[in-house]
Amino acid sequence: MLGKCHLVNNMNHLYVVSDEHIPFGRKVLGRFLVWSAAVLLVCFGALQLLQVNSGLDFGFQNWRPTLYAYVLWCICLCWGQVLTYGEKGKRQLFILPAVLFVVSLTVFPLLFGLLIAFSNWNLSNPDGRQFNGLDNLRQMWQDPFYWNALWNMVLYCIAIIGEYAIAFCMALLLNSEIRARKFFRVAFLMPLMLSPVAVSWMIGKSMLEARYGPLSRLARFFGVEDPSFFSSAEVARLTIMAMDAWTYIPLMMIMILAGLQAIPKELNEAAKVDGANPWQNFWEITFPLMLPVSITAILIRIIFKLKLADIVISVTSGGPGGATDTVTSFIFREYRERSNVGYGTLLAFVYLFFIVIFMTILMKLAERWAQPKT
Amino acid sequence: MGAAKNMSNDTQIFADSTSDRSYKMQWWSSRVVIYVVLLLWAIICLFPIYWTITTTFKTAANVMKGNMIPWVDYDPKWLGWKSLGMSPDTIFTESTVRAEFMKRFRNSALISVSASALAVLLGSFAAYGLSRFNYRFGFMRNSDISFFFLSQLILPPVVLALPFLVLYRELALLDTHIGLILIYTLSVLPIVIWIMRDQFAGIPTELEEAAYIDGLSVWGAFVTIILPIALPGIAAAFILSLVLTWNEYFFAALLTSTYSNTLPVMVASQTGSQGISWWSMAALSFAAIMPLIFIGIFLEKFIIKGMAAGAVK
Repeated sequence: MLGKCHLVNNMNHLYVVSDEHIPFGRKVLGRFLVWSAAVLLVCFGALQLLQVNSGLDFGFQNWRPTLYAYVLWCICLCWGQVLTYGEKGKRQLFILPAVLFVVSLTVFPLLFGLLIAFSNWNLSNPDGRQFNGLDNLRQMWQDPFYWNALWNMVLYCIAIIGEYAIAFCMALLLNSEIRARKFFRVAFLMPLMLSPVAVSWMIGKSMLEARYGPLSRLARFFGVEDPSFFSSAEVARLTIMAMDAWTYIPLMMIMILAGLQAIPKELNEAAKVDGANPWQNFWEITFPLMLPVSITAILIRIIFKLKLADIVISVTSGGPGGATDTVTSFIFREYRERSNVGYGTLLAFVYLFFIVIFMTILMKLAERWAQPKT
Repeated sequence: MGAAKNMSNDTQIFADSTSDRSYKMQWWSSRVVIYVVLLLWAIICLFPIYWTITTTFKTAANVMKGNMIPWVDYDPKWLGWKSLGMSPDTIFTESTVRAEFMKRFRNSALISVSASALAVLLGSFAAYGLSRFNYRFGFMRNSDISFFFLSQLILPPVVLALPFLVLYRELALLDTHIGLILIYTLSVLPIVIWIMRDQFAGIPTELEEAAYIDGLSVWGAFVTIILPIALPGIAAAFILSLVLTWNEYFFAALLTSTYSNTLPVMVASQTGSQGISWWSMAALSFAAIMPLIFIGIFLEKFIIKGMAAGAVK
């Protein structure tokens, strides 16, 4: 009944053969379930569209009925797969719910987003959506704040190099022979746990407060006259970078630490016996071995960095003069001020476009770098 | 023994050579440097939390004078907690602020726990399927499906935010719990799949083979044999999702207004208003992060496990 699959190079797969016979009636029932639910869904959808477009009233308050029909169809699809395909259907049941979930929550909104990206849609305006072609694109082209926000994202991403260096140092220290390792691990992990909004008050608004904040006092102690962390563009950006670094260094640190612990101790010891000093030991052994892990950590960090918004929204809300704006915080503000979803969506889609290109290049490069050098 | 000791005292046969001594010096100095750096970084990590806790007990004068250490340079008062309705003398009386806070707290807890549970459920099924069986949906094979799931991680929330806002408005899901739960589940699902795939890959397939021979079905083997073994991974994925969803602010700020908004939204809305006092803000922030501090201290193992998954191939 069972045998290992020889076709796939991944030996971890199960290859199940079953000799069950599915009666014809059951197959038909399965198909019938799926199709009848689909018909129901289409009916509801059509009726609701009709109500929206032609003014006929069928008594729908909102699109919920279509949603329920859709959920019903999803359930029937899963059930129908089992009825129609038996064992194979049961195996598909593992990934089908997740696939349906993700498809309906990303692919559908993305397609819908594409529609609103090319329209002028002010939510407070009773006229509703108006298709306006490439107007949004033209507006974007002339919007210095958007390009500024994109440029800021580049700068924020560059700051990851510094975060990586610190994270690597801390991981090395945690990996060395120390006492109270558990305490240090918990302490170092703490910033990541805290909610960015609370952090922005704790650090951004109170500790960095120009008059009474402890960090301002510290700066004054070191001779900075009139310390203010959010009034000049460069300093404000650096401060946001530092706060974000504070939050996310633990993430990289833990990943690097896991990588360090996977390196066999013998390698470093052998190098030591061969007369390598610690400095050589690090650069010739540890660092090259850590390259794949480092690249993974940096990639994940970049992904998180590209979502940066909470801190900026609640500490500076983009100021001064857009110097700390991220794309997300800019779109958020744009929406809050004008409640125009069309333009904001277009900006977000252009951002996504840049990200996809950037990440594809990065992943291709990373693949090349991560190859072990001979 | 005694003889040997005498000998060493007299003739110094076993004395450290000078190179050994310098090595020892080096060792000690490196120790000192390591601990100093570690302590310094620990202070950097923990000081904001300390600052917030102590500020909850400060009065305006203490804040302005920059007092740091309770009992030593200022007299702790329950000011911050009183404003939140949680000081010893107000805890048993009615308090609108506390009621509001508790409502947000319950919202946050309900939404993050349900979203994490749903994500772990869907994610571990999918991860198990992908790690064990060969699928083919049209041109999509296992690696494509995996990539499809993980690529969701790259999708920035802002891209989905406005379409979701409009869709939710049409579906009457704005400002509901279920709406936030769905979108939070979506946002942590790739991470859960990432962790669980790693977890299932470490479990040998012989276990299922034995279970099938014993007559268990595919799902029976999964639920009774594999899931219990994968429990640490599930816990790691769940706790990591919990932390991420508890802290989420962007979607909550956009998609909720009064009924179902979460704790971060409440904290953020207070920071904007000028009149709010330091001590009450500190109390609110600290109350919002307290559950996470406990999770961090007691469940640190799982969080580290979750984050380390997939870093090492």
